[in-house]
Amino acid sequence: MTFLRTAWLVLRKDFAIEVRSWEILTTTLFFASSCVLVFAFAFVKEGRAVEDAAAGILWIAIAFSGTLALGRTFERERYGETLRALLLAPAPRPALYVGKLLGMLALLGIAEALLVPMVAFLFQAALFSRPLLLAGLLAGGTIGFAAVGTLFAAMLVRARSRDVLLPILLYPITIPVIIAGVRGTAALLAEIPDEATATMWIGILVAFDTVFVTLALWTFEPLMTE
Amino acid sequence: MNDGHLDFDVVEVADVSRHFGRRRALSHISLTARAGDIVGLLGPNGAGKSTLIAVLATLAAPNSGEVRYGNRPARRLGPGLRDRIGLLAHELHLYPELSARQNLRFFAQLYGLATRGPVDRALEAAGLSDRADEVVSGFSRGMRQRLALERALLHRPRLVLFDEPFTGLDDRAVGLASDRLRRLAADGAIVVLATHDLDLADGLVTRVALIRDGRLLSDEPASTGLRARYRALIGAT
Repeated sequence: MTFLRTAWLVLRKDFAIEVRSWEILTTTLFFASSCVLVFAFAFVKEGRAVEDAAAGILWIAIAFSGTLALGRTFERERYGETLRALLLAPAPRPALYVGKLLGMLALLGIAEALLVPMVAFLFQAALFSRPLLLAGLLAGGTIGFAAVGTLFAAMLVRARSRDVLLPILLYPITIPVIIAGVRGTAALLAEIPDEATATMWIGILVAFDTVFVTLALWTFEPLMTE
Repeated sequence: MNDGHLDFDVVEVADVSRHFGRRRALSHISLTARAGDIVGLLGPNGAGKSTLIAVLATLAAPNSGEVRYGNRPARRLGPGLRDRIGLLAHELHLYPELSARQNLRFFAQLYGLATRGPVDRALEAAGLSDRADEVVSGFSRGMRQRLALERALLHRPRLVLFDEPFTGLDDRAVGLASDRLRRLAADGAIVVLATHDLDLADGLVTRVALIRDGRLLSDEPASTGLRARYRALIGAT
């Protein structure tokens, strides 16, 4: 069983489950859009948003809705202990992690496709002025956040207080990713977009992603062995 | 898949200990199971049966000692070893949102099997051919259990591990599952059954390993008077 085929099978299975209920997608999108809406009422006065608020709120919405999605995705594997069945398959165990990670990236990608225009509209933010740089920041930040989140969510799947522990473990480690995302996005939203600064933050995110994904692939099997 | 060089006909647990923090779940357990055996791991709740099953399934690593599959430890056999192991626990390892066919097809693909023949045979063996496309969440406990059993056996494992698999089943379902276990052993599988149900074990298992507080109290061929033996070594039943 090849690594990529296993990851693909896990991703396709998660998709097949999701299309039966649309439960995770709808709750994630609803939570993300509610989050942005509430912040818009707080930070937009007379059509003008507080400086840099749009960047912060975009990333807060991604992080919060991502945490919700991570918990729900692995809750499905807890019911019936299917994660154990996956671990028993004669496939490289890190491939299971990659399959789950790809599912999370797809889910967060869809959430971002809703969040970015919503934030741009509600905060009058020029998020589409440098679309490639914004895409780079979103991709880099999402991969870093999901890489760590998927590993922790898998680790905590059988912990009794997993819903509390996941954000406690996840946020301190992904704070650098969120800061990089916020500062990079804020640089793009400046009166004169600062492409050099945004590019620097993308570089930092790529470095984070490389470290986090490598560590997760390396530690997934020993961490999942009881 | 069933890579021939990974096959084995004996599993040897050699001086295995496992602890979780300060709690010792297994303490210097040694036992051997051969092809054709149905080994009953008997003991009260919390005796360490499930931990031993997890160690045998490579889902848990021992702190000391090792499990040898045909004289080779798990670390030397790699992921391919898991192709020779099947596990059915009280939790059924099925996705309730998917249909019976989708569940079996997914696991068949994970094991590198063809998706038609083995899946159709498993559905037939579970008696679910006519409900193959219904979601598992709509099945009764007995139907789910039959499906879970066939899912665990889809890849024809050599080592078949059962961890309290018959909890909540009626007598008829238990009888059918017991017959399936006997056929597996007759076909050369090594069957290990963890249970605290002496009625189920009596007349089914060919060897009995009695465990209490993580210690192996006895490992001997099954004989009549299992309940008396259990009472003598473990306590009141």
